[in-house]
Amino acid sequence: MAPVIRHSTGVGFCTPGAQAETAEQPTAASGKHSSETRRITLTVNGRQHDLQVAPNAVLLDVLREQLNLFGTKKGCDHGQCGACTVHVNGRSVNSCLMLACMQEGAEIVTIEGLAESAGFELGHHPVQDAFLAHDAYQCGYCTAGQMMTAAAIINDDSIDGDEVSLREAMSGNICRCGAYKNILDAVQSARGQMRGGE
Amino acid sequence: MRAFELESVEAIDQAVSHRRVHDGEAFIAGGTTLLDLVKLDVMQPEKVVDVTRLPLKRIETLEDGRLKIGALVSNTELAKHEIVLRDYPVLSEALLSGASTGLRNMASTGGNVMQRTRCPYFRDPDMPCNKREPGTGCSALDGINRNHAVLGTSEHCIATHPSDMCVGMVAAGATLVLEGPDGQREVAFEDYHLLPGDHPEREHDLKPGELITHVILDTPRGGGQHYLKLRDRASYEFALASCAAIVSLDGDNVSEVRVALGGVATKPWRATAAEEALKGQPATQENFERAADAAFTDAVAYSHNGYKITLGKQAIARALRDATARARA
Repeated sequence: MAPVIRHSTGVGFCTPGAQAETAEQPTAASGKHSSETRRITLTVNGRQHDLQVAPNAVLLDVLREQLNLFGTKKGCDHGQCGACTVHVNGRSVNSCLMLACMQEGAEIVTIEGLAESAGFELGHHPVQDAFLAHDAYQCGYCTAGQMMTAAAIINDDSIDGDEVSLREAMSGNICRCGAYKNILDAVQSARGQMRGGE
Repeated sequence: MRAFELESVEAIDQAVSHRRVHDGEAFIAGGTTLLDLVKLDVMQPEKVVDVTRLPLKRIETLEDGRLKIGALVSNTELAKHEIVLRDYPVLSEALLSGASTGLRNMASTGGNVMQRTRCPYFRDPDMPCNKREPGTGCSALDGINRNHAVLGTSEHCIATHPSDMCVGMVAAGATLVLEGPDGQREVAFEDYHLLPGDHPEREHDLKPGELITHVILDTPRGGGQHYLKLRDRASYEFALASCAAIVSLDGDNVSEVRVALGGVATKPWRATAAEEALKGQPATQENFERAADAAFTDAVAYSHNGYKITLGKQAIARALRDATARARA
């Protein structure tokens, strides 16, 4: 049974103190239809978290602002860049366009839990090692999202390992620095390592 | 993002009850269109109804051979379903040409049908837009309209319909199943999306309180099928022009043909003139080009999008050529 972690602070606006801290947060309800927060349980990186969240809170903001999982990044906030990519039930998704309240019962994995979730408890996920080995980043802001998509598509039997297929499958993750060549090299390398010589 | 209430429903009759019949409520499934547009303040729901727990996640073959797709089937799942890959490859190709891996994992079949235009003036609440705010005018008519439509436009709106999936469905032939407070009804897929005309704010034939529950694809047409999408970059980009083509041959002649277009029209566009020009004719490049010309007879170009007439014709000719090659294979 996974431990249940109860979050009593930093949960939006369930207490006056927290409200003052989070008044500017995108998760905060504003406007005339101030809707009540609700208590939900999210399973993130194998641990259950009891949270108080607003109906309009997106998963990305809850991960970062309530669970302090800052590895997942906010880029465009509109599903156009992929920096916020996490896994929900094993599939890569854009966490900026999902309501946190709709993810109860789902298995959510962020970059912080990627290695452990895949059984690499003491080290890196092969995708992380490959990104290091291939210098697959410049500023690093998109890197977590790139790695989450890469880890998901490597496990997807319907996505072939040729360059065209991998480029298409990775194309939802934008790198403003343009490190694509090394990113693709890293994905191919990690894929080869994880799937053997197929 | 503005605040809204959130309600989760467990049964279809709960989702479509009479109390939903007002404009302040929106259904959410994948959320990829709705939350994007709520963040931009283009859509302003007071209440969002989560339909993802409804039993609409199956793909099943009906006794008459048609394929019934639950509205909650994801774009990824639909594109990679073995029956779709085998019998409706044009639809699979269309789906996989749209958006990205992550978005396709989220986006639902019903939600893709309800996708809103990518017109930048529609997406900017500070700009006049007849679709978003009727009567304010169309900023695209004299604005930057490189990405806008050349078919099905009106003096009030020239925004394109953005979906690839819908173009594949128009070519394959489909029926939408709608559930509403007054019961169930079916609408031919081609009749569902509306031309802008005098009322660009009316985009589809969905009555208040109604929900798309299924898409039923016609019995497989066989033949050779191909979806060709032309765009500014090779992936993760909307179409400038796209064509879904299905060609059946009788010897060297085209016995049956379906042509649908994306990126050039205000709704998922069935190019019946192209079909009529080609049906019964020899499957030659010359005839493909003649069919392509026929599709754009009524096209209207604006200041920056005249190239779409040329590009659209080339998309048709190439898609027909490749679909024909597959029909021969």
